[in-house]
Formats: sequence, C-alpha cells, structure tokens
Amino acid sequence: MEELYQEFIIELYKNPLNFGKIERPEMHAQLHNTTCGDQIELFVRVNEGKIEQAKFIGKGCAISQASASLFTSYLKGKKINELEKITKDDVLGLLKIDLSKNPSRMKCALLVFDTMKKMIKTKE
Amino acid sequence: MSLDVDKIRKDFPILQAEINGKPLAYLDSAATSQKPLVVIERIFDFYARHNANVARGLHKLSEQATLEYAEVRTKVKEFIGAENQKEVIFTRGTTESINLAMRGWGEKFVKKGDKIVVSIMEHHSNFVPWQELARRKRAKLEVIDIDENGELNLSDAQKKIKAAKIVAISGASNVLGTVNDLRAIGKMAHEQDALFVVDGAQLIPSRKIDVRKIDCDMLAFSGHKMLGPFGSGILYGKEETLEKMDPLMYGSEMIREVTIHKSTYAELPERLETGTPEVSAVLGLGTAIDYLNKIGMKNIEKYEQELIKYTMMRLSEIKGLKILGPYNENKRVSLASFTLEGVHPHDLAAILDEQGIAVRSGHHCAMPLHARLGVDASTRASFYLYNTKEEADKLVDGIEKAKKIFS
Ligand SMILES: Cc1ncc(COP(=O)(O)O)c(C=O)c1O
Repeated sequence: MEELYQEFIIELYKNPLNFGKIERPEMHAQLHNTTCGDQIELFVRVNEGKIEQAKFIGKGCAISQASASLFTSYLKGKKINELEKITKDDVLGLLKIDLSKNPSRMKCALLVFDTMKKMIKTKE
Repeated sequence: MSLDVDKIRKDFPILQAEINGKPLAYLDSAATSQKPLVVIERIFDFYARHNANVARGLHKLSEQATLEYAEVRTKVKEFIGAENQKEVIFTRGTTESINLAMRGWGEKFVKKGDKIVVSIMEHHSNFVPWQELARRKRAKLEVIDIDENGELNLSDAQKKIKAAKIVAISGASNVLGTVNDLRAIGKMAHEQDALFVVDGAQLIPSRKIDVRKIDCDMLAFSGHKMLGPFGSGILYGKEETLEKMDPLMYGSEMIREVTIHKSTYAELPERLETGTPEVSAVLGLGTAIDYLNKIGMKNIEKYEQELIKYTMMRLSEIKGLKILGPYNENKRVSLASFTLEGVHPHDLAAILDEQGIAVRSGHHCAMPLHARLGVDASTRASFYLYNTKEEADKLVDGIEKAKKIFS
C-alpha cells in the first residue's frame, strides 16, 4: 500500500503531463466517476489514422490523474484501429502498482481507460 | 469524563482488530456504527434457539418471537417519546422510511403546484425522494440554503416554507455535522399546515430526542447507525398522520381479510409493514437501545461533545485544512468533514487507512451540498461513544503524514 504513493505518482499529480485541451479534436470524451467525483476529459488529435497528440483535463485523486498523464503519453503514435486492443492491464502496467486488492482505487486508475472506451464508442 | 470509554471499548469485538498491522481507529460511525457483542449475540441467539416467523404460528417459538418483536416496538416508542406503539413502523432503514413517507403520504396528498421544501444539506435519501415526488406531481421543490457557518439560514427557511405542503429536514447533517433547530423549523412548517418530516439518521444515535417536543409529524432513522444491525429502521409518525397513509407495498402481514373481490387491511402499525419483517434485525435493535439506555444518551452526548471539541481544536492546528460546518461543538454531532490543500480526499483516506484509521472520503451522498460549498469531495471523521482522544491524535498524525507524502 505504501507503494501506492511512489514519488513519480505524486510528481505526476502535481505536474501532470499532457494536461490541457485540444481545439477541435478528432476524438473526444468526458467521464465522471460518480462515487468519488473524479473527472477526466480526453482530447485526441488524429492524423492519417494515427494519434498525433493526446491531452486531458480533469480533477480527482493522485491515482486517477497520474494514470491519465501516463496514458495520454502512451496513446501518442498509436493507430486508431489499435485502440480497441488496449487492455486494462496495459493501463495498470503503466502505473506499476498492484491494485488488485483495492477495487475502489482500481476505478480511479481506470477512469482514463474508461474515458477512452467511451471516446471510441462516440466516434463509431 | 462522562463515560468509561475503556470499559465500553471492551464491549465491541471489532475494536480489538488490527488493520494493516495497526490497531483499528474506526472513525466512520456516521456511515455505520460498530456493534457491541450483546447485539451480535442477540442475533445469534435468535437464530440458534428461537428462530420462528412472527404473527403467524400458534406454536411456542412463534409466540415468543412475536412477543419479543412487539417489545422492541415499545422500546423504540419510549426511546423517542412517541405517544403509543402504533406510531412506530419498522422499516429496513432511513431511506426506506423516507420513501414510505413519500409514497404513502406524498403521493396521496401532494398536488400539482404544491410546494415541497428540503434543505441544501440533505443526504440524497432525504432529497431525491422529494425531488422525484415533485417531478411526478409537478409540484415545486424548494431548497433552504445554509449560511457561512453551515447552519440553516432561518430567514430563507421562513420564506421558502411559506405555503409549503411538506417540509423535510435532517436532524443533523452527515457532512457538516450541524444540528438543526428542529423546533423552529417545525413551528414554521406547522404554521403553514405542512407535514414536517425529520431525517434523524445522524441525530438519533447521539441525542436524546423527544418527538413530542420537536413536534415532528414523521421521523426516520436507521438501526445500523446506533449500534444495531443492518436492516433495522424506523418510521415514526403521529397516529393521525399514519392513519391517512397508504402502504408502500401490498401483500402479507398487513391484511385483515382477503377475498377474490377485495381485501381489507390491518390496523396500524401492521398496515404499513408488508411482508415478513427483518425479525433478527429488529431484535438486535432492541438490544442496541437497551445498551444506549444503560450508558445514557445524555452521557453519550456529553462525551461526544468533548471528543468533537478536542478533534476540531487539533484539526484546526493543521495548515491547509479547512473544516466544513459550524465551529461550535454545541451545534454539531461528533463528526468533522474537511478538505486538505494539495491532497485529494481519496488519497488522504488511503494513506490514513494504511495506518489503521478508517475515515470516509467522497461526497457522502450529499452532492447538492458539496456543489453549494464549491468542493468536489471531502474527508469525514466521525466519532461515537467508543472513540477516544488518542484516536483523534492519530488522525492528526496521519493527516500530517499525508501532507508530507504530497509535499
Ligand atoms: C442524514 C442521513 N440520512 C439518510 C441516510 C440513509 O440511511 P440508510 O442508508 O440507513 O437508509 C444517512 C446515512 O447514510 C444519513 O446520514
């Protein structure tokens, strides 16, 4: 549990990566974790079927926000038709923490992933 | 000290537990209280030696269960100062009680254009049913505001309650801790001939309440927040009010006679209690009330006030920590919700949990209130008769630790 708050998580919470909006994004979605109020809004710029840029804005706990920072970096360069293949474990792998015994924190960590899922759906 | 907390703690098996290798500091009694061994044993004893359905068989076990079940009704009646047993309806909790009031009374008497009044500090359970009733009936929902101390704004209340049909207010807020001036609100409501409903979920566990003094028409509360089991709840109502109400559900237990053409219903209180009740939960609640009475509600109130006063004093030493609600301990039950600059409530709760300290974080089922306060979420520490000042100190140390991790 102590590892939950490794320095890099705290650092990303205080200084998130890819934080901000993209004007007129090709793909976009917003999601809210209603139990804790965490929010993520995801913006994606697509060029020739590839993600050129991914950004987010949001608020919430360190886990949800750090996860969004890492995930938006991870998305860059991915092909749009590959997005479907990304799994929860890929996202959890980015955070390098074991949340299997913390179902409520798992939700925080996966908020950005769920936002992406919603984004794909809206696009279709 | 107004009560012997060391002795009390020994009555609660779970308080000897360790969480993450640390002794448990349970500061989440506003969500649900812990249960003393006598309550747990009562439930065990019922199932092991006395299990039978109530109000059915003529056999000995059923007769005894029926009698003991009825005895709890008397205990509840005395605990809240009701006039008679018919005024005590068993439900499964506060939420069900309020829904019974909404469906049984509201659906029947509220008409298009009527005014239903709640406050901004209500728990969703005393907000959503009324909002839904207003929607169904095309009635108007009015929301009483709070002042900067987190107390009900009484002049706003006076305005909003004008020509109201129903006024539904919590006895104490589960976020701000504010103890509301029920007599004042009740008076305003009755001047308008409105039905006055009190959500007592947070008040009944820690105060001696007399429904006749408050003069409420209905009072809802949950057994599980007052040392009793889950699944035990109460809707108190004045007899004349309950008489006019419809049941929430139809079927067994609430029946006098059924023919293929028509059914006639039982008298109060059974008419409003449909189906086999949660017998063991009700019996456990009876034991919980005995336990509270033995300690004494006045002593509990006094002890809790010492605790919350101390806790607020310690919390206010922490830089960047902001307590929601009134500062004066006389105006609150023993809980404190707060925000901490730079640390999200979820992270704070997780770090406290690591140290064996159980608190609640989030919006505590009070989203309109959090929106009003302009905070997304808060952390809440709530205390009960078994908590100690040492646990408040642990909380403060834990918060300092979280601050360090996030600094
Ligand atoms: C003020 C208030 N009202 C209503 C409720 C709902 O109680 P229950 O969940 O037992 O129905 C609660 C408990 O969370 C509460 O604190």
